[in-house]
Amino acid sequence: MSEDLVIQTSGLRKTFVSKARGGKKEVEAVKGIDLSVRKGEIFGFLGPNGAGKSTTQKMLSTLLCPTGGEAKVLGYNLAEQQEQIRQNIGCVSQAGGADLSSTGLENLVLQAQLYGLDDLTSKKYASEFVERFQMSSFIERPAQSYSGGQKRRLDIALGMIHHPKLLLLDEPTTGLDPQSRAYLWGEIRKLKDAGVTIFLTTQYMDEADKLCDVIAIIDDGKIIVTGTPNELKSSVGGDHIVFSFLSEEIAQKGETLLTEKVKIEKIQTKSNALHLTIKDGERSMPDLLRSLDANGLEAQTVTLSRPSLDDVFLKYTGRSLREDTIK
Amino acid sequence: MTLLRDTKLMFIRNMQHTLRSPVFVFVSMFQPLMYLLLFMPLLNGLGTVPGIKSGEAVDVFIPGLLVLEALFGTAFVGFSLIDDIRSGVIERFLVTPAKRPSILLGRVLRDAVILLLQCVLITLVAIPFGLSVNIYGFSLSLVLYALIGITMASISYGFALIYKIEDALAPTLNTITLPVSLLSGIILPLALAPIWLQDIAKINPFSYAVNATRTLFAGNFNNIGILEGFVIIGVLAVLVFLWGLRSLNKMAS
Repeated sequence: MSEDLVIQTSGLRKTFVSKARGGKKEVEAVKGIDLSVRKGEIFGFLGPNGAGKSTTQKMLSTLLCPTGGEAKVLGYNLAEQQEQIRQNIGCVSQAGGADLSSTGLENLVLQAQLYGLDDLTSKKYASEFVERFQMSSFIERPAQSYSGGQKRRLDIALGMIHHPKLLLLDEPTTGLDPQSRAYLWGEIRKLKDAGVTIFLTTQYMDEADKLCDVIAIIDDGKIIVTGTPNELKSSVGGDHIVFSFLSEEIAQKGETLLTEKVKIEKIQTKSNALHLTIKDGERSMPDLLRSLDANGLEAQTVTLSRPSLDDVFLKYTGRSLREDTIK
Repeated sequence: MTLLRDTKLMFIRNMQHTLRSPVFVFVSMFQPLMYLLLFMPLLNGLGTVPGIKSGEAVDVFIPGLLVLEALFGTAFVGFSLIDDIRSGVIERFLVTPAKRPSILLGRVLRDAVILLLQCVLITLVAIPFGLSVNIYGFSLSLVLYALIGITMASISYGFALIYKIEDALAPTLNTITLPVSLLSGIILPLALAPIWLQDIAKINPFSYAVNATRTLFAGNFNNIGILEGFVIIGVLAVLVFLWGLRSLNKMAS
C-alpha cells in the first residue's frame, strides 16, 4: 500500500439480511467497491439516495461490519484495528449527532473527553473550535435552539475536536439554506488547507463540482466512474446547445439540416426545441446560426451550456440524478 | 480504567439531562403515591387478610409499593434512548474510542440513583401512615430496588435499541410490566391467590424480590427468602444488562 493513500478499499461489500414474510431477504447495499483516497484531498462520493453512500461511510468508520472485501483506513486494517481507526478518524453522520438538550459547549467538552483527553485539554480544544467556527454567540445555549447552519457547524466541530487526520462527512449540507452551505463549503476547504483529508458523501452535483478534488459516482451499490470534476465533465463529450423555434415543424427541419451539415455528437428535437451536443460549442455556434438563417429557419432563443456533473451521471447511468432524488 | 472513566462521563451527561427537567423525577412517583393515599385505606378496612396481620397493612404494603416504583419508574427509560438514537448521538458515541458498555452503564446507573431517591421519598411520606422502618432492612432493600431498576431499565433500553421507534416500545413494555407486577403480590398478597396463580407467581423473579424486601422491612434478617431474592434479581440484572449490550453492539454490525 502506498504511503499517501488514506483510504484504500478493494471489493468492499455489505449485504443486509432482513426478515421478511416467507423467509430471509438479502439486500445488497454495497456491491464491491474499490476506492483510493489520497492524503490531503477532498474526495466526493456522489450518488442518489439509497445508492450505498452512507453504508460505505459507516463501514469505513467502523459502525458497520463489511460482509466482504478489504479496507485500510489511515493504514489500519478495518477488520482488525477498529480501535485505532476510531481513535484517529473524525466522523460526522447525516443526523449530525449533537446532543440537543445539552449546550454546544457541553457537547464539545464531552466529545473531547470521550477521545481520552483530560478535562483541561478538552476545554481548551472546545474553546479553540468555538473560535474557529465562530460559535461563541450561541455555544452556551442548548443545541435544540440552533439554526440548521449553527447545528451543522457544531456537528463538524464534534467530528474534528480531537484533530483527526481524516474526516468522514455524510451529506454535510443536506437541508441547509444556500448561505449556510456556502459558509460550510468555506470551512471544509479551510480544513483541507490545514492538511485534513476529507471523504464526503453528497447527492448534490454542485457540491461535488465546487468542493471536491476527486469524485466517485456511486449508483446501486457500485462505483460507476471516478475522476476529477473536469475529467468527468469532458468525458461526456461536448457542450450542450438548445435552439427554440416557433413550432415543432421548424425544429425538425432544423434537425435535418444540421445533421447533414455539421459533425454533431447528438441531436434531438423535443417539441419546438432542438437539443444538440457538440464539441467546442462556443466556436460552432455562429456557424450553426448562419446555416439556420440561410435556410429561413429562425431561432427564437439560443442557450449554450457546458456539461455538468448531472450530464455525467446521465451518461453513465441513463438516468438523471434529480429524478432519483425526487423519488 | 477507561471503562470506569467513560461510565462516569456518561453518567454525568445523563444525570445532567434528568436534572434539567427535574419535574419528571416526581411525575413517576405519582402512581405509588396515589396507591398510598387512595388504595391503602381500603386494605385497612378489609380487616384480616391472609398474609396481613390486622393493623399492619402499611408495613406489608409499602415494600411492595417500592418494588412497583422500581418496576414502573424505570420501565420507560428506553424512550430517552430512542431520542438519542434518532438524533445520531448514539452513533456518534459508537465511533469514538469510548468503551461501548459505558454508553448503557452510564444510563442504568443514573436510573438506579434516581429510583433510590424516589424510594426514599415515598418511604418518608409513608411514615405518618404508621410505617415502621427497620433502618438496616430498609438500606438492604434499597440495594434490591436498585437491582430491579437496573433490570427493568436494561430491558427498556434493549427493546429501544431493537425497535428504534416509540410506537412499538410502549406496548411491549406494558406487556411485560403489568403481568410481572400483578404476579408479584405487590398490591394484594399472593396468599389470597388460588393455588394455580401462586404456582405461576413462582416463576416470576420479582415475586421473590417482594418477599425479600417485606422480610427485610420486618427486620427478619435470618431468612433464606432474602438471599433468594438478592441472588435471583442480581443474576437477572446481569443477564438482562448483557442482553441490552448485545442489542447495542448489533447496532454496529
